[in-house]
Amino acid sequence: MATAAITAERENYLNQEYGIKSWLLTVDHKRIALLYLLSITFFFFIGGFFALLIRLELLTPAGDLVQGDTYNKLFTMHGQVMVFFFLIPSIPAVLGNFLVPLMIGAKDLAFPRINLLSWYLYIIAGILMLHCMLTGGVDTGWTFYTPFSTAFSNTKVIEAGLAIFISGFSSILTGLNFVVTIHRMRAPGMTWNRLPLFIWAHYATSIIQLLGTPVIAVTLVLVVLERALHLGIFDPTRGGDPLLFQHLFWFYSHPAVYIMILPAMGVVTEIVPCFSRKRIFGYKFVALSSISIAVFGFLVWAHHMFVAGISLYSALIFSALSYLVAVPSAIKVFNWTATMYKGSITFSTPMLYAFGFIGLFTMGGLTGLFLAALGIDVHVTDTYFVIAHFHYIMVGGAVMGYLGGMHFWWPKISGRMYPESLGRLAALIVFLGFNLTFFPQFILGYLGMPRRYWQYPPEFQVLNVLSTAGSTILAVGYLLPMVYFLWSMRYGKVAPDNPWGASGLEWMTSSPPPTFNFDRPPVVDWEAYDYENIPAPQEARSGG
Amino acid sequence: MADRPIAVEQHNPALKHHFVDMEQQREASSLGMWLFLATEIMFFGGMFCAYLIYRYWYFPDFAAASSSLDITLGTANTAVLICSSLTVVMAVRAAQLGKRQQQVVYLALTLVLGLAFLGIKGIEWTSKFKEHHIPGPTFNFEASLPGHPDQPVDQHHAQLFFSLYFAMTGMHALHMIIGVAIFTYLLYRAWKGAYTPEYHTPLENSGLYWHFVDIVWIYLFPLLYLIDRKK
Amino acid sequence: MSEPIVPTITNVAVWLTLLVLTGVTAGVAFIDLGPFNTVVALVIATVKALLVVLIFMHVKYTSEKLVKVVVISAIFFLALLLGLSLADYTTRLLM
Repeated sequence: MATAAITAERENYLNQEYGIKSWLLTVDHKRIALLYLLSITFFFFIGGFFALLIRLELLTPAGDLVQGDTYNKLFTMHGQVMVFFFLIPSIPAVLGNFLVPLMIGAKDLAFPRINLLSWYLYIIAGILMLHCMLTGGVDTGWTFYTPFSTAFSNTKVIEAGLAIFISGFSSILTGLNFVVTIHRMRAPGMTWNRLPLFIWAHYATSIIQLLGTPVIAVTLVLVVLERALHLGIFDPTRGGDPLLFQHLFWFYSHPAVYIMILPAMGVVTEIVPCFSRKRIFGYKFVALSSISIAVFGFLVWAHHMFVAGISLYSALIFSALSYLVAVPSAIKVFNWTATMYKGSITFSTPMLYAFGFIGLFTMGGLTGLFLAALGIDVHVTDTYFVIAHFHYIMVGGAVMGYLGGMHFWWPKISGRMYPESLGRLAALIVFLGFNLTFFPQFILGYLGMPRRYWQYPPEFQVLNVLSTAGSTILAVGYLLPMVYFLWSMRYGKVAPDNPWGASGLEWMTSSPPPTFNFDRPPVVDWEAYDYENIPAPQEARSGG
Repeated sequence: MADRPIAVEQHNPALKHHFVDMEQQREASSLGMWLFLATEIMFFGGMFCAYLIYRYWYFPDFAAASSSLDITLGTANTAVLICSSLTVVMAVRAAQLGKRQQQVVYLALTLVLGLAFLGIKGIEWTSKFKEHHIPGPTFNFEASLPGHPDQPVDQHHAQLFFSLYFAMTGMHALHMIIGVAIFTYLLYRAWKGAYTPEYHTPLENSGLYWHFVDIVWIYLFPLLYLIDRKK
Repeated sequence: MSEPIVPTITNVAVWLTLLVLTGVTAGVAFIDLGPFNTVVALVIATVKALLVVLIFMHVKYTSEKLVKVVVISAIFFLALLLGLSLADYTTRLLM
């Protein structure tokens, strides 16, 4: 197919209107998704930059690259930026915003202006956070534990807290928009049991965003008040309890990790059936497991506090509940593998990321069970074991889900194909780089290397060097897609409506879609993942 | 969702383009407001959690501090808010019946009552300021534990009570101020005749917000003012 | 489905009930019921809240089941926060 030599380009959401005002004042969910794409990519680089500095420091046992106080700021800001400004928005704000109305057959989200407000709140929060970082930063850890954050730290805790408070509202409004849209704006015939599981995953995510985020918002308000007025709410010398902060903080922050992983699971559930040419195994179980994760995720927060001083009885309760929450995640893994069984597998780039997700998320999830066991947790808590555990899930899971989704829907978003062999190469580099970075950290943690330490005993150096080497490879793997995605917008093959032969309403409109999504409002009378009746794409997917 | 007469409603100037008809728009707006109120329940809930834990830990000190609050003003404020909820309900009803003037009257009454609440709150806080009960460097709470005239109240624990008192009533007052601003705008729009039996969604949804703020106070009042008045 | 129009008499009856209950709450606070003072106060507050939610906020009259689900869910999750936190605090000294 010809590249740029097309006579008249069809009108779509990208070319319908030009000029910066048409982007900054847009209420089109697809344009807002792209605004988010640019913003979160920017913050991904910032967070990655801090990670690079951390890994450079940890090349040697001595603290020789930065000072101890600076190191505290590095891991704090790496965490805050990555969690609040990259991971939490990433899939929902980019892929969710773009796809939710398309997948349900609607013209836009329920509240388009609130959607734009959501992005502006994110930007304001981001600017505040940037200012905070440039004028001294924060050194409390992304967890802001009191009384250090409220009484002893002399860094910009209030500014960082306010930035995260504002970003929380961005998150809440996105969730609110999705829930109302999914309930009220489905096309005729699009019943709940015909919804793509990506929608179920985002619905569950939105519930968590709505119910959890307000708690951290009010907690940050209390931290700011405490720090400014020395009230004593979290200060043991004034009758307060530092653990109260931890309870309130983790009540949100544990469900927050499900905000970060559920959308990625939704992405994988779209990719796997498509590249197995087979309907998803156990649709209802997958849908229900998303809701279960959202609900159970609220029941386990104190497993972050096992050694902090909570009572043994409550620790036992939270430990048992933490085992329970692993079950729905495991159900998803079984359903994905059962879908692939006897399917016709194509190892396209999105599928490679999905494979990576399934393997790495499973490892991360299983190590979570280690941590849920009280006895083991005493040994490995606050060590690199925990760091490896959550990076397997957040990076090996969520980020790979995000990249897989970006590749899968790139043709729909941009109207262009990315170069397939480069895509596969990058996926492989990411996978190898990731494992080299984080597997040694499991060992380091088990051997006793504490987290958040800038110096370590010399016997840990080899593993740290391996980890740093891995991180540079990982960085290359992340840079490649950014380069070729940009390249593809000018030079990539023009994408057909449905390059993958995938199911879903979004593939039944043009690539890119028109501003109001569909030429005619769709009416649905078929089941989801109808792969027996969808022909495989005609064109062989050759390397680009 | 299939068969419903849409011919007339599609031409309602208030219909936004991405909705199919006014029914869908109304249902979406309503659900949106209820979800927002759910987030507010969790938001205030965090502070209620902090309050409950410290009340559990320091009950006698909290009781003594609570007794220093003016129960008459607190009860009066509760009554003011309850009356304002009635006027809101009557304003919405007036819109449902197409009575523009009644809407305006009830909305104006709501505003008066809302401002009265804030005024009484201001009086309470001023007296707290004068008594040095505001947390911070000037804090000083001199009292003895209820039933134990020889045991003084722990200053730190009393300060915790007042910190939570001001945080919670302050957050509530902030929500009242926002409510007053919203209802001022609604009053203006109602006076212009914007709300009809076919379309009064902003009025309905703002009413939900106002009632929610009332409910928060319904819980704040006994928890803060009535811990132990038995003397 | 249009929003039902609640008769004025109902609204006024609820309003009066709320005022009476407020007076009762304040009055009962001066009577010594031991630990039940708190229970009574919270029960009355809950009755008042229910009246506002069901009648003033039209939850009793709406045909949208979803609204009831939203309200109950929010209360449920708040109960989780309060309950599981208190599970820690009330069992610490039992160790």
